[in-house]
Amino acid sequence: MNVRGTLRALPTLLRIGFAEALAYRTEMLVWILSTTMPLVMLALWHAVAREAPVGRLGQADLVAYFLAMFVVRQLTGSWSVWLINMEVREGTLALRLLRPIHPLVSYAASSFAEIPVRGLLAIPLAGVALVVLAGDRLTRDPALWAMWAVSILGGWLITLLVNFAIGCLALLIESSTKIMDVWLAAYFVFSGYLVPVELFPPWLRGVVDAMPFRYQLGLPVELMTGAHDHATALALLGRQWGMVLVSLLLVAVIWRRGLRRFAAYGG
Amino acid sequence: MISVRGLRKHYEVHQRAPGLRAALGSLFKRTYKTVRAVDGIDFTIAAGERVGFLGPNGAGKTTTLKVLAGLLHPTSGEVRVDGHEPRRREESFLRKITLVLGQKQQLLWDLPPSETFELNRAVYGVERGAFERQMKEIVEILDIGDVIKRPTRQLSLGERMKCELCAALVHGPKLLFLDEPTIGLDVGMQAALRDFIRRYNEQHGATILLTSHNMADVSSLCPRVILIDRGTLAFDGSLEDLVRRTRPEKRVVLRFSSPPPAGTVAELGTVVKQDDASAVLQVPQSDVSRVVARALGALPVHDLDVVDPPLEEIMADVFGRRASSRELPEPGTGEPS
Repeated sequence: MNVRGTLRALPTLLRIGFAEALAYRTEMLVWILSTTMPLVMLALWHAVAREAPVGRLGQADLVAYFLAMFVVRQLTGSWSVWLINMEVREGTLALRLLRPIHPLVSYAASSFAEIPVRGLLAIPLAGVALVVLAGDRLTRDPALWAMWAVSILGGWLITLLVNFAIGCLALLIESSTKIMDVWLAAYFVFSGYLVPVELFPPWLRGVVDAMPFRYQLGLPVELMTGAHDHATALALLGRQWGMVLVSLLLVAVIWRRGLRRFAAYGG
Repeated sequence: MISVRGLRKHYEVHQRAPGLRAALGSLFKRTYKTVRAVDGIDFTIAAGERVGFLGPNGAGKTTTLKVLAGLLHPTSGEVRVDGHEPRRREESFLRKITLVLGQKQQLLWDLPPSETFELNRAVYGVERGAFERQMKEIVEILDIGDVIKRPTRQLSLGERMKCELCAALVHGPKLLFLDEPTIGLDVGMQAALRDFIRRYNEQHGATILLTSHNMADVSSLCPRVILIDRGTLAFDGSLEDLVRRTRPEKRVVLRFSSPPPAGTVAELGTVVKQDDASAVLQVPQSDVSRVVARALGALPVHDLDVVDPPLEEIMADVFGRRASSRELPEPGTGEPS
């Protein structure tokens, strides 16, 4: 479908994706519960920092960090990989391929439409807690907030594109959910989800900076909590969008190869 | 509308023996077998035709439909559908076709079917007024006014299938690929769907390609049939021609007012079935008038019918013969109607 046609169809795709997300409200609640690990980590790190700060992070900083992490996770999550795997296995991807719109656009619209549903349920609570308990640790710099908004979009895009890339691997290897499990294990460790990246040993930080995980979660949280000056924040944003670009290219390659195999073997 | 020349679709399929040893062995060395799903078929279909694609399981029917819809790429051969090469899946091509797979659904499971219709309207860019007119008509004909407002998961199989068809027609396609559209439906629902498909074909001049194991679908919808067996064309022609060539005999169905004297029915022809109230005879076509006259004169007949053998039997005959002795109607010898 041409770009204009896709843009015309987008509001309907989003509306229907939103309606579907509402219909799956129990599942949505389970998803939200599955993302509450930052609250557990908050309790843990809060106890650790009782006697003395951890690095430069005191108790209030850690409260701000992990509540912000919870909010960012809600805003940047995507679960498309499971849907793509299911449709490849069941062969219903064939029906999407017959529509004059790229299947990945419709998956993206569904994924995007889930964000407000998760947000409606989780963000008000976490947002209020964040402001009340650690409001003074949030940045008051409008420029950093603007960069935060861009980083949220970038973080969501990396997550979505990784879901697409791994999901499309199912076209080549029949099921790729186990690969996603491996990816998620690395994501939880290296994104700052369990341990703030700044607490990693210096040699590991170099490695983490070269991987996409920090740019999915850690960076938006760092921007919210004012951890960087403008120049550093811009440099990190540049790296994040570089990751978006790399992920996009990866998806394009895997999709093309996968589709060629799908067309050879059918679904 | 459709032109297929020398179409071949071969797959490499991994094979292994059962058991743990074979499973472990397959981790290191895999053996593959080439499956010739479609192995060199030719046919053409004119615009507006209704054609039945018949064959046993694994004959290559669905593979051929998927190639025609652009989902599968041919191994070799030339396929043109309304001037398009399907494998390119150009937007203008996708707007002309629809594919209904009886065992797979496009309806959104937790939302009412009306939402899938709306989604397809947006995706195909159908103008709102035209969409509403088209939907009103289809919904009325299929009698699904209330059905489309309930979540798909709460619908019966028949209701879902009607809605699947409706969703597939939102963009007014001129080429319908229907793969087992009546599978799992009761007799009444099957008839309703067949009526609808025929009506759509007549009103829109749409071309229809149907695969089905349900012979009632084929006999009531398709003046022309294409038989595929093991990836090759076994017959292409009119249904009457297929019946005439495969089973030149007719069936004479007799209903009696009282039980006939023993042995009298068998004197008239080959008895297919007999009880006190009725009998079915198989007789050569040239003998039908003689047998009917004799039956009326000699037996207590109160009703009589002359019919073709059931299509199921004809199919079993064709594919049975082909499997055992390769004795069949020559491929492509029938006259397309």
